[in-house]
Amino acid sequence: MIVTASNMTATPKIEIKDVRKAFGDKHVLNGIDLNVAPAESVVIIGGSGTGKSVLLKCVLGILTADSGVIKVDGEDVTHTPSARRGDVAKKFGMLFQGAALFDSLPVWENVAFGLIQGERMPRKEAKERAIETLAKVGLAASVGDLTPSELSGGMQKRVGLARAIAGNPEIVFFDEPTTGLDPIMADVINDLIIACVKDKGITALSITHDMHSARKIGDRIAMIYEGKLIWVGDAKTVDHSGNDFVDQFVNGRAEGPIKMQLRK
Amino acid sequence: MNFLALIGRVVLGFLVHLGRLTIFTGTAIGHCLRPPLYPRLIGQQMIDIGYYSLPVVGLTAIFSGMVLALQSYTGFARFSAESAVANVVVLSITRELGPVLAGLMVAGRIGASMAAEIGTMRVTEQIDALSTLSTNPFKYLVVPRLLAGLLMLPLLVFVADVIGVFGGYLVGVYKLGFNPGVYINSTVDFVEPLDVISGLVKAAVFGFIIALMGCYNGYHSKGGAQGVGAATTNAVVSASILILITNYILTELFFSA
Repeated sequence: MIVTASNMTATPKIEIKDVRKAFGDKHVLNGIDLNVAPAESVVIIGGSGTGKSVLLKCVLGILTADSGVIKVDGEDVTHTPSARRGDVAKKFGMLFQGAALFDSLPVWENVAFGLIQGERMPRKEAKERAIETLAKVGLAASVGDLTPSELSGGMQKRVGLARAIAGNPEIVFFDEPTTGLDPIMADVINDLIIACVKDKGITALSITHDMHSARKIGDRIAMIYEGKLIWVGDAKTVDHSGNDFVDQFVNGRAEGPIKMQLRK
Repeated sequence: MNFLALIGRVVLGFLVHLGRLTIFTGTAIGHCLRPPLYPRLIGQQMIDIGYYSLPVVGLTAIFSGMVLALQSYTGFARFSAESAVANVVVLSITRELGPVLAGLMVAGRIGASMAAEIGTMRVTEQIDALSTLSTNPFKYLVVPRLLAGLLMLPLLVFVADVIGVFGGYLVGVYKLGFNPGVYINSTVDFVEPLDVISGLVKAAVFGFIIALMGCYNGYHSKGGAQGVGAATTNAVVSASILILITNYILTELFFSA
């Protein structure tokens, strides 16, 4: 798919409007508004426990928002859990923070899982597709017969990426794709995300607190703080945002308007 | 004031669990009745629950049958009623000890492993991953286990019945000096279909309870290793207690009328 001016102005791929979510009396999301255009890559940054993952899970349908509207391709999915989304769920792929590979299955079956279970593809055909997809993330076919526990963290992330893109999704979510990896492997993952997702015109929504990764894979960056988006802008302008909160986060300073809850 | 608050908290906590368990059970049964099912996974679970539990259940059954023969012989000798040993063994095994002991052993073996496996999948986001891959976690994880438990426990208990009676026979004939023919005759003549069937129905219910507790506790486990550990303990303890309670209720229903 080629990015043209016309599909930048079309209906947003993902539309998030005034989404709120609380657990007990803890308000995690306090009215989030965000639109993601087709083929755009938006990165949400923010500290730990600011509601990044919760927002992603609300869009995916793993959690249900208390109020607000979430639309995918103009279709309201706010109150439809992922299991009942049918065709909408097939548009999504997700790379989990810990890769979340099924450790009872060999690697190839992990990659082919959505094809076998969701699309009812014959196992033999699915295995071929899985090995093709593994090649895209730079893994040899022999890796397919190993179990996930035999892989290193970086390889697990790559298998997770392969699993996320195997079903040719239109939207891929990344939950801290580079966390827990060494800087070189982190950059390998960034490059793979660009090659397998951004360059293919797939819409991407990522959360991270790795600024290097955010600048590299994001077209736009949004910063979440206390359950609200306090800044949204072009990825290139994140270093001169003029927002003290963003500045503090981007430069990783302990001193600033964001106070960590530490006992002194 | 604190004391009252404590009571309130305990009651509320109990009600929350009860509500969650009811919803969980309803959803699970609903998914059992609606396709698609996963025959491959059901088969896998049946082998796990049925076949691999045979040694444990068989050992439990044979020693229970043996000790039952020995105990009832020494007890009944006081009333010169030694001839009732075969009857006592077959009735106790088929009606009570077969299903209850097999149920408790399987609860320890299978309930624990279900809770640990599903709990680990929960805390490592594998259950969330299932739903992002267009697969319903209930259908993929819970339904195969429930159906396998429901189907395999009666089979296991039937085997346990036979082995238990055989244990009684061994002790009766080789230690207590019964005539083999007489022992077998009084076993077969005395046992009625309802004795065996009631035991097998109990077994099916216990199998369902074991799988349900394993899946429920695993599915709702929180936190890391500690949460999974707690889920495993809860699965075994709650399954064992529920087995003993429902055993009493089912016995009432079958035999007290």
